[in-house]
Amino acid sequence: MSDSLPVVERMPVERPAGCPFDPPARLAELRSRAPVTPLRFGDGHQGWLVTGHAQARAVLADPGFSSRHELMHLLDPQIIEVPPAGPGQFIGMDAPEHTRYRRLLAGRFTVRRMRSLAERVQRLTAQYLDDMAARGPGVDLVDAYAFPIPAQMICELLGVPFSERAHFQHLGAVANQADVPMEDKLAAFQEMGGYIADLVERKRARPTDDLLSDIIGGDLDHEELVGVGSLLLGAGLDTVANMIGLSTFALLTHPDQRDALHADPERAVEELLRYLTIAHTGFRVALTDIDLDGITIGKGQTVAVSLQAANRDPARFASPDALDLTRQAAGHLAFSHGAHQCLGQQLARLEMKVALPALFERFPSLRLDVPPQEVPLRAGDDVYGVRHLPVAW
Amino acid sequence: MRVIIDEGRCVGGGRCAVAAPEVFDQRDSDGVVVLLRADPPAEYAEGVRNAVMLCPAAAIELREER
Repeated sequence: MSDSLPVVERMPVERPAGCPFDPPARLAELRSRAPVTPLRFGDGHQGWLVTGHAQARAVLADPGFSSRHELMHLLDPQIIEVPPAGPGQFIGMDAPEHTRYRRLLAGRFTVRRMRSLAERVQRLTAQYLDDMAARGPGVDLVDAYAFPIPAQMICELLGVPFSERAHFQHLGAVANQADVPMEDKLAAFQEMGGYIADLVERKRARPTDDLLSDIIGGDLDHEELVGVGSLLLGAGLDTVANMIGLSTFALLTHPDQRDALHADPERAVEELLRYLTIAHTGFRVALTDIDLDGITIGKGQTVAVSLQAANRDPARFASPDALDLTRQAAGHLAFSHGAHQCLGQQLARLEMKVALPALFERFPSLRLDVPPQEVPLRAGDDVYGVRHLPVAW
Repeated sequence: MRVIIDEGRCVGGGRCAVAAPEVFDQRDSDGVVVLLRADPPAEYAEGVRNAVMLCPAAAIELREER
């Protein structure tokens, strides 16, 4: 069957004009024809593109598909060879290496622990809303609200002094930005690593009550601690911030959804996660020949799993292109699926379900301060979002 | 209704503890699932089915025997 399918020569990235929240239309065409289709990668490798929800879920759940970085072909033609994940960079590892880190950290992000942080998120949110009110009307919502709340939360959880954010706050963004040269990205990663290495030494000398101090006493060596610390800090800085920024943009352009946000924030957040799916694509490599929907994925072939296409699959979600905060969207793949599903997902949910309703309660007349088409988007970045969101009230 | 968990597969995502808190909890040390009731009453069936669907690691099995 795979012989009959034409190879997609380039991963579709073009969004429909004037639709900042929609995936490229070509992905929907591909999904309706063949939810698993051959795809050319940046180095010429012929792998696969998965656009269907059921197929994406199957790939992500199957330990026969590896997350090891060094096995992967990527879309960027500049990257011919991918180095193995460094010590502690468990997103690029499989079991049992991955499991060792995951077990060490999952206890720090349990539902119970995250619930105990709810009051702290509420207080922080109120504080940044006060600051906004004092500065505005007329602020960049990313700078005033979407970035600092999750940034301060992850700093406090890890034990990274928020007052030192000048050393790392631009690093996450630079490292994930599309138009930044590779050497600058690597430099940003190194700078972040250097900062965390220094912090680990400081915590070793003078432990505090936080995640980093706690795991320093365990069986991870220095390099692993730096890897874990960099990974968690980077993940905490550049993800929820984008969800809060882009969600606010979506809510401002879909005012009919505002009542539903307040009526059931938990349900609303799941739908925003599904609809916006800011981490667009996940990658896996077949460790053996694997049958997927009657198609053989050959050993060594890379699979690009389009999470954004899967989350708009009409076979899974009715009217998938409509933002409907009242729908039951759980089961979306915005946090991925399988053993690598986002470690911080319960923290992310907590931050969104507090910060989004609070923003519109405090500023009921919140509006965009520029025409919607002038909002700068993070097109092509590893994580999608708005670069700035000028708002007034 | 009988619930079976596989601790070895669990990755501590906590989806089950949200979907059916009367049936599932998490260990504080490593986030791994704790089964509170292996044979929960029918009123929790929907929550358990959701937990099975949401579990990222396929670590929960539901046997609806009668």
